[in-house]
Amino acid sequence: MKQIRQIIERMVTVMLTLSGSVTSLAILLIIIFLFKEGFGLFSSPSVEKGYALCVQTSNPIETLTPEQIKKIFDYEITTWDEVGGSKEEIMVFRFDDIFSMYPEEEFGTDYELLPEKLGEVIAQNPYIIAYIPEQYLPQKNTSVKTLPQKNIQITDFFGGKEWLPTATPSPQFGVLPLIMGTLWVSFFAILIALPLGMGVAIYMSELAGARTRKLLKPAIELLAGIPSVVYGFFGLVVLVPLIQKALNLPVGETAFAGSLILAIMALPTIITIAEDAMGGTPRAMREASLALGATRWQTIYKVIVPYASSGIMAAVVLGIGRAIGETMAVLMVTGNAAVMPNSLFQSVRTIPATIAAELGEAPAGGAHYQSLFLLGCILFVITMLISASAEIISKRQHNKEI
Amino acid sequence: MIQAKDINFYYGDFHALKNINMEIEANTVTAFIGPSGCGKSTFLRLFNRMNELIDNTRLTGECLIDEQNIYHKSVQVDELRKKVGMVFQKPNPFPKSIFENVAYGLRVNDVRDKSYIVQRVEESLRAAALWDEVKDKLKKSAFELSGGQQQRLCIARALAISPSVLLMDEPASALDPISTSKIEELIHSLKKDYTIVIVTHNMQQAARVSDKTGFFMLGELIEYDDTKKIFLKPEKEQTQNYITGRFG
Repeated sequence: MKQIRQIIERMVTVMLTLSGSVTSLAILLIIIFLFKEGFGLFSSPSVEKGYALCVQTSNPIETLTPEQIKKIFDYEITTWDEVGGSKEEIMVFRFDDIFSMYPEEEFGTDYELLPEKLGEVIAQNPYIIAYIPEQYLPQKNTSVKTLPQKNIQITDFFGGKEWLPTATPSPQFGVLPLIMGTLWVSFFAILIALPLGMGVAIYMSELAGARTRKLLKPAIELLAGIPSVVYGFFGLVVLVPLIQKALNLPVGETAFAGSLILAIMALPTIITIAEDAMGGTPRAMREASLALGATRWQTIYKVIVPYASSGIMAAVVLGIGRAIGETMAVLMVTGNAAVMPNSLFQSVRTIPATIAAELGEAPAGGAHYQSLFLLGCILFVITMLISASAEIISKRQHNKEI
Repeated sequence: MIQAKDINFYYGDFHALKNINMEIEANTVTAFIGPSGCGKSTFLRLFNRMNELIDNTRLTGECLIDEQNIYHKSVQVDELRKKVGMVFQKPNPFPKSIFENVAYGLRVNDVRDKSYIVQRVEESLRAAALWDEVKDKLKKSAFELSGGQQQRLCIARALAISPSVLLMDEPASALDPISTSKIEELIHSLKKDYTIVIVTHNMQQAARVSDKTGFFMLGELIEYDDTKKIFLKPEKEQTQNYITGRFG
């Protein structure tokens, strides 16, 4: 009998160890996968894979930055001297243009004559810049020069202010507006949710009667269970038009709407955890304070809130975590314009919303796809930093008081 | 002087105190003894209205301190508690420094004068016979003190706001014998300035420290008299049984 129990206990121990290590390993692998996919972006060429940029051999230009390429093809840069060449006007040539220059028959049945024709075009126009597939590159033509392909730079990614991942020929992966959008929306969400949440938590744990608390607490916990898409829908249908009308804005889908929705969503978390923390203050502390002639309010802010501070900190971190990681509701109400936010009443776009909206259209393994993974890494790092700093703060607080 | 008249107290349906009448003179030590659940702590906590923190309780009768009914509408409970200090069963210092623990009562009473606070903290710690042990570490956390020191700190904290009455709810029950004897000495020395009411499970302690003793059982005040008389020649048989250890 005893032996059987020993065997069973040993088996349970082995199983628990195994499941623990398997879970940790799985999480670790996910993180590794995330970073591996993400950092693959920096070994992708800055021009779409399989395409090349060609100029005439006589052109003194040797390289172009992704930003210059984008501006040239957007006709924002129109003369070569702006990128270090002669004063002549740039002639932009896209691959499709060849079909309007020659009748289709001249390319041959399998387009075997296409490279030759492309070479002809480039040779005839000294100030041309041509964006063509590598497979049709006129390699034999000596008057054609292929510009060397640079990989996407880390500085372009983290310092870039433009997020245009599908621009051709040179997609722009400037992640700054997305990071700012995320921080902006989350920051104001917490700014709204924290005082409100603390107020409700204090009311529930200290001021409300037992019956009110019994009713209020499950109701608030219920709010935490509402799917975020429902909040988003509510925001879109009610809040957005309200904001638009009340503030007389051209569009109601603003960072403010996102902050408001996030604040509402983060409230139940903040309230529940903060209330638990304050309710966990030992009765002896409360009584000691009251017995010294402190009023209820003095007891709350001099004893209960300091005592519960680490729990309150946890509430804040989880609230911020929810706000930063929240996708659906924000996607629905912020308007999704990937521009640097400079006012609360502007459309912004957050990192999670970008991932959710674009991953479906990004070809697997491509630069766009990798950039979305890198966004995931950034999100991961931000949340990690926040929880680490909260840990440090609450520890310091703890050391100071105890 | 404390007077309790026809006190009845209920926790919900439970009749916890039954028709209690008692007079406690100023500058004496009065001990409440009795088996667990007899209502002695409940009775003690009436004097600073601590029972009001518990939901669903009811009180009838009058309780007067210095001729004033402390349950009268005009009495503010926080003002009352400044006059009637309390020390609890378990040491319950705040998670603050030793200095701040003693200063707490002054601070919540809007004392802003720093030099006065410093002076008052020292006086209180001296009165609680703790000063010599902590004078070099006032900034340290109160949790670094031993259990006995923490309890004396709690007494100092109660003394800092100069109450006239000091309620002690089994103040030595969580302490070792040496700390206990220190607390008892302290009670002796505090008697000249304060009216002290102490609840205790320890009959020797009651005999040692108190002038008068009240014996409670099942919510009733069985006997209340001079301590000597209670312990040497009790009138009631129940008291006799209890103090000789036949039950309880």
